[in-house]
Amino acid sequence: MPQLSTFAPARPEEILLPVQPWFVLLSLLVGLLLNLVPAGGLTQTLRPDFLALVLLYWCIREPRMISVGIAWCLGLLMDVGDATVFGQHALAYAVLAYAAEYLRRRVLRFPLWQQAAQVAILLLFCSALVLVVRVVGGAPMPRWTYVVGPLVGALLWPIVTVLLQAPQRPRRSKNRAVVP
Amino acid sequence: MRHIPVDPPPFFHRGPAPAARLAFFALVSVALLFTDTRYRYLESVRHAVGAVLYPVQRVLELPADAVLYVGSYLASNRALVVENRELKDRLLAQAPAVQSYQNLEQENARLRALIEVGARFAGAATPAEVLYSGRDPFTQKLFVDKGESSGVQAGQAVIDEAGVVGQVTRVFPSMAEVTLVTDKDQAVPVKIERSGLRSVMYGSGGGRLPELRFLSPNAEVRAGDKLVTSGIDGTYPAGLAVAQVVSVERDPGQIFARVLCSPLAGVDRSAEILILGAAAASAPPRPEEAPESDAPRRGRGKRRP
Repeated sequence: MPQLSTFAPARPEEILLPVQPWFVLLSLLVGLLLNLVPAGGLTQTLRPDFLALVLLYWCIREPRMISVGIAWCLGLLMDVGDATVFGQHALAYAVLAYAAEYLRRRVLRFPLWQQAAQVAILLLFCSALVLVVRVVGGAPMPRWTYVVGPLVGALLWPIVTVLLQAPQRPRRSKNRAVVP
Repeated sequence: MRHIPVDPPPFFHRGPAPAARLAFFALVSVALLFTDTRYRYLESVRHAVGAVLYPVQRVLELPADAVLYVGSYLASNRALVVENRELKDRLLAQAPAVQSYQNLEQENARLRALIEVGARFAGAATPAEVLYSGRDPFTQKLFVDKGESSGVQAGQAVIDEAGVVGQVTRVFPSMAEVTLVTDKDQAVPVKIERSGLRSVMYGSGGGRLPELRFLSPNAEVRAGDKLVTSGIDGTYPAGLAVAQVVSVERDPGQIFARVLCSPLAGVDRSAEILILGAAAASAPPRPEEAPESDAPRRGRGKRRP
């Protein structure tokens, strides 16, 4: 059987292997680092919040492991790395984790692209929270390109799902008869 | 018959409910936001973590640097020849000004000494390179590669070859953060070169032109005027080019005119900048006030100044 099926997420009836904590940590770290990579101009406008995306994935899939507390700490790390107002991302990520936990059963019922649409709303809400916090604190309103980041993040949702679910798909055992 | 409510025993220890956790963390976040915005207690924390994150950030810049390096290596010979010729022409055009600069400096110093005005101090300038622009969409900032270790201090003015870029706002051990003149409410005291009228240019945030505020509608300003620093505030030395007036709206119903200006320096496009030293434009010392007596007052007398 060719490996085309690895590019699609697991069907609901498939049994997945348990998730490894080190993998979750690694994926969150990679998300944080991708967020901190300096970028200018068009890349900066189009760049989604990778950490929010990965965090949302794990909050939806593994609510016991990643919940509001860890999301809050990651938000603090993000604030420090970004040199912005201390606590804005922390608040946004904590609310995002709560919303993910509240809506997780609903989101998981839909096929992948419709999940992306719901994720878009969640990410936009997270960005809107950051916007409200900053505007109340006295910052000017950003340009309309502010919403592009979350939308690109939602478009990346299917890829993120496939990538982060890959280690949990059971491997074919070597002892089976292999079809070349 | 009374209904006795029976709760199932807790089989799964899951800790506090998510809503309770959210409420707790939300309160802590709001407290942190308040403390940071209002009292700035967390600057030392940010400083320490910035020092720790600095090597990580330099490592993360390597891909972008590599791409730029390869791009510049592969620049066409023709483009380089054209650029070289342009730079030589510009150098030649500036040669008369540069040669007479020395003479003008000396004459200026003599005249100032004559009327007993403090000398214009041309202090040290530190060249620096822009590492990257700030990621925050609500502020306009640049990060440059000189920090505390190079003697950069917060508050120093930053210019490039065309004009004023901004001001150093935060200093890390090997990096500094520069707030651009286009950042919201970043103020530069300016003087209209043509008429000598003094005003202050305020930034208006990303994507919008800075404006001159609090000018009366009959002020002597028109589109095309060049604005230079007036040197009054003690931060920006006098005479540096800042911006050019783009439009003036004089609405009879408004108290102030609306003057929009376009910065002359490549504020968010600068690559190499100059950080001017701390003493480049020092304000005169405050006059000393007569010391007040510390003896306790008798009766209800007013404190005499």
